[in-house]
Amino acid sequence: MSHGPAKGIGRWLFTTNHKDIGTLYLWFSFSMFFIGGFFALVIRAELFEPGLQIVEPEFFNQMTTLHGLIMVFGAVMPAFVGLANWMIPIMIGAPDMALPRMNNWSFWILPFAFAILLSTLFMEGGGPNFGWTFYAPLSTTYAPPSVTFFIFAIHIMGASSIMGAINIIATILNMRAPGMTLMKMPLFVWTWLITAYLLIAVMPVLAAVVTMMLMDIHFGTSFFDAAGGGDPVLFQHVFWFFGHPEVYIMILPAFGIISAIIPTFARKPLFGYASMVYATASIALLSFIVWAHHMFTVGIPLVGELFFMYATMLIAVPTGVKVFNWVTTMFRGSLTFETPMLFAVAFVILFTIGGFSGLMLAIAPADFQYHDTYFVVAHFHYVLVPGAIFSITAGVYYWLPKWTGHMYNELMGKTHFWLAFIGLNLTFFPMHFVGLAGMPRRIPDYALQFADFNMISSCGAFLFGAAQVVFLFNVVRTIFSKSKASAEVWEKPTGLEWQLPSPAPYHTFTKPPVIQ
Amino acid sequence: MAVTSVNSPSDIYYVPEQSKLPIFASMGLASSVIGLALILNGHSAGTMVLMCGFTVFAFVLWCWFQAVITENLAGLNNDQLKSSYVWGMGWFIFSEVMFFAAFFGTLFYVRNFAVPWLAGDGTHDNFTNSILWPGFEHTWPLMQTPDSAVNGDAAAMQGPDQNMGLSSAGSIWGWLPFWNTVVLLTSSITVHMAHTALKFGHRKPFYLWLGATVVLGVVFLILQAEEYIEAYHHMGLTLSSGIYGATFFMLTGFHGAHVFLGTFMLLVMFLRATLKNHFDANNCFGFEAASWYWHFVDVVWLCLFIFVYVLA
Repeated sequence: MSHGPAKGIGRWLFTTNHKDIGTLYLWFSFSMFFIGGFFALVIRAELFEPGLQIVEPEFFNQMTTLHGLIMVFGAVMPAFVGLANWMIPIMIGAPDMALPRMNNWSFWILPFAFAILLSTLFMEGGGPNFGWTFYAPLSTTYAPPSVTFFIFAIHIMGASSIMGAINIIATILNMRAPGMTLMKMPLFVWTWLITAYLLIAVMPVLAAVVTMMLMDIHFGTSFFDAAGGGDPVLFQHVFWFFGHPEVYIMILPAFGIISAIIPTFARKPLFGYASMVYATASIALLSFIVWAHHMFTVGIPLVGELFFMYATMLIAVPTGVKVFNWVTTMFRGSLTFETPMLFAVAFVILFTIGGFSGLMLAIAPADFQYHDTYFVVAHFHYVLVPGAIFSITAGVYYWLPKWTGHMYNELMGKTHFWLAFIGLNLTFFPMHFVGLAGMPRRIPDYALQFADFNMISSCGAFLFGAAQVVFLFNVVRTIFSKSKASAEVWEKPTGLEWQLPSPAPYHTFTKPPVIQ
Repeated sequence: MAVTSVNSPSDIYYVPEQSKLPIFASMGLASSVIGLALILNGHSAGTMVLMCGFTVFAFVLWCWFQAVITENLAGLNNDQLKSSYVWGMGWFIFSEVMFFAAFFGTLFYVRNFAVPWLAGDGTHDNFTNSILWPGFEHTWPLMQTPDSAVNGDAAAMQGPDQNMGLSSAGSIWGWLPFWNTVVLLTSSITVHMAHTALKFGHRKPFYLWLGATVVLGVVFLILQAEEYIEAYHHMGLTLSSGIYGATFFMLTGFHGAHVFLGTFMLLVMFLRATLKNHFDANNCFGFEAASWYWHFVDVVWLCLFIFVYVLA
């Protein structure tokens, strides 16, 4: 345990240290975020004006597909795993993750998986062009040959996720310092415990569905082919049984981060800790019985439509509990608005907007109008961008001084926030309107009446992209900065991480701390 | 992999030093799947890439397990670390349960929804059946696909000639799945006997029961192979004989692959026990993990036996 960081590149390739691996995950996620963001800008550049200007429709489809896949599996999920790696052992007073070598393996599968996925762009017939949900038969009968590589990339990144999740569960259940009872754990740890459970439950289902695709494509099975007695709708059922919990995998850790940040900058303890835990667990359990709300228009029986509609609406209750608790934590607090708090407050407001549009989509009869329009795009970008992405950003600003030992530049952070805030609302708010008016998603061209709103969206997207360059610059500048951060960094924050010096030593809590 | 100290105090959780294993495991894994994808897409280089990748992967796993075992024998693993392995194995088995759940769910959906709907049952209109697949009827096992109901012998998707149900075997004594069930249930008992013997420190019975389990696993695999040969050569039942063939081979095939892995794991434990004298009553999680896995595989088989064979 006395070993410090090794010298050179070997430190990163062979590391077993949770902080190093957390850093690797975060940088990997950051680079994927820029690649996925670049794809998004290709989409928005094409949609700047009606008509076809920049890319072929076939390539446009590849951009929408890879943008989604890269952002979901490459940017958001690894960022949360990176934060988990860095913070969970510290937060529970553990010396490291439970299984440090497997931890490194979970990470190092990812660069290979995404290299395979991105290489499909250069293959004959192009990359995946069937949307990130890869519905059969678009992804089977009508798929480009590169789909085989896509399937195996999904397989190995799934293996990475399962190993990562097993590691996190084992760490939380087995490695807590004496006295760190379950109901004393920070909410970020709680939300990750539940997220890891979801990951282990549904990543194998994703593996199963891509395996069935593989068999249909190469071995003559007819899972998704009615001619042999199968059903393309079966694909959607299995996919969304994975896909809906996956949505919560991308938001539950965000709830944990926000629940850490708001109390610090409101200078009040979190309101309703226990109810937050129960709400998170309820959301996770409900996530298994709502999947067909993605499929209202596909032709499921009426009783199915009703069940999935009401079950989906139920989710608003625990989510409402959370929003209520965050707002109540801020109520009469001594609020200050440093960069992490700005992102956190924006999270609460904008995520709620995304939640409300989700409720609209949950109404089965109304969904027949909204389905596959830009309204859906607006909805899930409101929960993912100011939801997942803003929470990650907030978390990075909040803990960056602890990681690097240096304070970030506050003015630059606030500039980043306002550019991103304005950019994302410009991008995604107009999508509600064009969507309700009937503009279909995933199409490179559109009718003239949508032109103005699309131009606004595209301008907003480039503004949002520029904001992220400011973010990158600020992070790099902080790493090389000379301004020292104190151990506490903020004013009396709670949590074990703030009892450590900044930067956190390479090994922490080799001997478990005493929790009062 | 340097072992830093031989006598770590038991309150220190052993965190291994830097390790080259994970990155090489990733390379091996990635090369394997790239090779597999190349083969499936008809590239001649695929086999070579797969062989190289798999060799690297297998070698790394060998070294990895060796490292873990060495550390344990060196006394580096305190009780807390050991329970990390226990949690890890438990949750891994849960992930496997979910993998099979997806295929059982598929079978359930196909039998109860997809096939009846294609036949026009249970829908408020009959259009799918009357317009697309006229003449298709709902049966299970599905012997005639919608395609062949419409296009006869010209259909690309033909159903099987025979299915695996008890009715096509005649008597239960000549029904292979029955014997497979007997074999696998017995093997679960023998592995439990091995565990009990180990707990009481009876070495010889431990070896015998564990060896018997491995043999039963191999017997199961041989019977399963026999069943597949029979299906392909005499029953016209293949992966491509409609949804019945697809669900049958995917469920039993993945189960068979897991039996293979389980047998291999138990064989390794058998060799470790007999050749290296590993495991005692208090220090035997490697063996216990393999036996958990074996019980899991057995439970999956019981579900298969009921839902794939008996209720066919």
